Amino acid sequence: MAIPSLIGVVIVTFLLTRALPGDPAAYFAGPAATREAIEQVRANLGLDRPLPEQFLRYVRDLARGDLGRSLTTGQPVVSEIRTRLPASAELTLLGLAVAMLIAVPLGILAATRPGSLVDHACRVVATAGVSLPVFFTGLILVYVFYYRLGWAPPPLGRLDIFYSPPPAVTGFYLIDSLLAGQPETFIASLRQLLLPALTLAIFSLAPIARMTRASMLAVLSSDFVRTARASGLASSTVVVTYAFRNALLPVITTLGMVFSFLLGANVLVEKVFAWPGIGSFAVEALIAADFAPVQGFVLTMAVLYVLLNLLIDVLYGWIDPRVRIEA
Amino acid sequence: MSALAGTMRHARYVIGENPVTGLAFALFVIIVFVALLGQHVAPIDPLASDTAVALQPPSPHHWFGTDQLGRDIFSRVVVATRLDFGIAVASVALVFVMGGLAGVAAGFFGGWTDRVVSRIADTIMAFPLFVLAMGIVAALGNNVVNIVIATAVVNFPLYARVARAEANVRRETGFVEAARLSGNSEAQILVLQVLPNVLPILVVQMSLTMGYAILNAAGLSFIGLGVRPPTAEWGIMVAEGAGFMVSGEWWIAFFPGAALMIAVFCFNLLGDGLRDIVDPRRRT
Amino acid sequence: MTAAPALLVEDLAVEFRTRSGVVHALENVGFAVSKGETLAIVGESGSGKSVTAYAIMGILDPAARVTSGRALLGGIDLLAVSREDLADVRGREIAMIFQNPRTALNPIRPVGRQIADVLLRHGNVTGAEAPQRAIELLQSVGIPDPARRARAYPFELSGGMCQRVMIAVAIAARPSVLIADEPTTGLDVTTQAVTMDLIGELAAKNGMATLFITHDLALAAQRADRIVVMHAGHVVENAPTREIFARPLHPYTAELIAATPDHAARLEALASIPGALPDLRRKNLPPCRFSERCARKTAACDQALPRIVAGAMHGAACWNPLS
Repeated sequence: MAIPSLIGVVIVTFLLTRALPGDPAAYFAGPAATREAIEQVRANLGLDRPLPEQFLRYVRDLARGDLGRSLTTGQPVVSEIRTRLPASAELTLLGLAVAMLIAVPLGILAATRPGSLVDHACRVVATAGVSLPVFFTGLILVYVFYYRLGWAPPPLGRLDIFYSPPPAVTGFYLIDSLLAGQPETFIASLRQLLLPALTLAIFSLAPIARMTRASMLAVLSSDFVRTARASGLASSTVVVTYAFRNALLPVITTLGMVFSFLLGANVLVEKVFAWPGIGSFAVEALIAADFAPVQGFVLTMAVLYVLLNLLIDVLYGWIDPRVRIEA
Repeated sequence: MSALAGTMRHARYVIGENPVTGLAFALFVIIVFVALLGQHVAPIDPLASDTAVALQPPSPHHWFGTDQLGRDIFSRVVVATRLDFGIAVASVALVFVMGGLAGVAAGFFGGWTDRVVSRIADTIMAFPLFVLAMGIVAALGNNVVNIVIATAVVNFPLYARVARAEANVRRETGFVEAARLSGNSEAQILVLQVLPNVLPILVVQMSLTMGYAILNAAGLSFIGLGVRPPTAEWGIMVAEGAGFMVSGEWWIAFFPGAALMIAVFCFNLLGDGLRDIVDPRRRT
Repeated sequence: MTAAPALLVEDLAVEFRTRSGVVHALENVGFAVSKGETLAIVGESGSGKSVTAYAIMGILDPAARVTSGRALLGGIDLLAVSREDLADVRGREIAMIFQNPRTALNPIRPVGRQIADVLLRHGNVTGAEAPQRAIELLQSVGIPDPARRARAYPFELSGGMCQRVMIAVAIAARPSVLIADEPTTGLDVTTQAVTMDLIGELAAKNGMATLFITHDLALAAQRADRIVVMHAGHVVENAPTREIFARPLHPYTAELIAATPDHAARLEALASIPGALPDLRRKNLPPCRFSERCARKTAACDQALPRIVAGAMHGAACWNPLS
């Protein structure tokens, strides 16, 4: 199931980036180059070959783990991605974690107390949340918490200039600083992470809360919850062990969709907060018509997404024995 | 009573039940109004720059303040309504036709049609959608038409799926069999019997997609793809105002952002209301 | 003097608030079940029999309100206690089995654990003993290879086995009253017989009072000691099984018997009951809700119905009974 998707992804990525406007050969050769020099560069880069042959070279390079070289920085794309991906991953995961910590309990409470204040709050959150442009939320947060209240640091990236990054083990500053025993760096990284993670969290809140509430409502009125109640099981057992575990299933499926949105929202948030992640990497490359990084970016995101969906399928199977056993 | 009159009465009932839907509908009418009138509603020429009055906060003269080039933000926001709304409508129309037809054909005919359409939809869905939109606009060129195309492509799987599912269900129903037996060709059945039943569900989806289309276009413009300055478009305006948020001139980015939010909110509420009218079983 | 009944319901009234008005679902419902007795509540769809059971168990829909009545179980009024106390009593003293056994069980939890949950809740066993006790319960309801089956999920079991598991869950804490809501609907005839036999054996073994709800008069005739007939939210007749077939007092009961296929020798003799249930949202419902369809209606029928005396052998809520 994943393999055909990956094949499609590779093909589409290749086609898209070959269609990028601008001439990489001319760019690479420099503004003073003559026509012959440009053609020479083009031949070196293999850009004068027919498209199918270029595609085969591309696939072959991919198999070797070679994503080409950035024209603007001269670095191999793979190493750029390797340094920048953890920055985005740390941000996205933290944002998602915060979102779930708020949205899931909110959805559960809204479902177990229908018509209450919590229920109305949940519904407002769900409807308003999907209407907020993520970059707008980020900007408002910066204005309120940095400019007005002075609680947050300036939105200038992962770490204040006074600190240096901890030695890289995972690439996640939070983890690495703890591993290296640098609590000040940990706190500094956390401070920088707060606003962008909160922005992403607000963005993901709505679909998760909405689905949790809807799913809990459906499960709470199901036959087996009625049986559990009729057997006199404690309220907490009914809600948590019987209702919630069953309600989780659609929520997990929703997570896949949320992640897809997050991967896109990442790009926007990184621009607002000057975050040196993979999203801003791609945007810079796009503006410069530097096709190798863009290709690498799209491919990486798509692969991540496919892997993530696989993970979600596994998680789903772990919770729901019907999928596991009948598969 | 005709079907249309029945639907209208039901619509009035739903709007009566839920005043928020009525509000969304009224707001929608206002947005359309502003979009159509465009330039004529704006008090000041949106392109006129006057550096003498640059970076002024909201005042009776400039309701939303002025930006770094001295342009009146209120006028720009109003004029941008036409562009953003137009992009949304065009994208939705395009995907409705493309996705709807492809999906209905796939669901109705099955076989190879189904396989091809599903494969295309799956490939598109393998990408994070905004990333794919970025790639498409970058590849095809920075202009409004390509934003529309990118948004349509990115929403294609959803429409194709929904249309396919509905068409699949209808394929084996009684009235289709009856039409077949009375000699109608497959194409005739598709257009006359199946399509009218699939339309209502797609229409509900369209309202929700409008909201997404606007966010998508604004997002793309925000990162520098798509619409170019000095065009007035909500996303670009937020981008232009972003840097000023940090130094306290909040109004440059705030008002276009708020306009975005209100428009999307309106379309989402409208979509929910339409869903209640079309198919009350699917309420949440 | 007969012993106090295991379950005594008096004057139960329930209404539902709906979009189209208030539905007066139950009115003046009362009956008693003695220890070891099997009582059947019989009536057509919409007569309120399931609502009665749900009201007793306290699992009515949130739109429902119990407006009056008592349900005395061993001295406790189930309708008056707090939610926490009710949860203590449910499952331990009174239990219920439902109509669709497969959906009535948690689909993602092994059946043995679902039984163990009830055991642990009602304090009969320790955490270590629960799994073994669950297996024993599965055996007592006639499930072969219970140790292996205890780890199975409901979707891996047949409908009949799910039914047995549900029975095991219900009797795990040895309740004194078991309510069975349409226990045989949807099952094939053989499984029906087996299920009812099982319930009967367990009732006899544990001295349990059984209350089963059915629209099938023939089933009630076979299995029940006493039958309560309901119509449109009222109890219309209450009598021992033999009595009610030999000498039905209420016109509705007579028509119900006549409409049962068992009793009609020929197809032509198969009667149907004229008219339809009254709309229970009406504000002007007559005191006797059958009177508008009744062939024996008299002037007396416009006054409040006579109450069926509690403890009477054979009572009917009718001013113009048969015989």
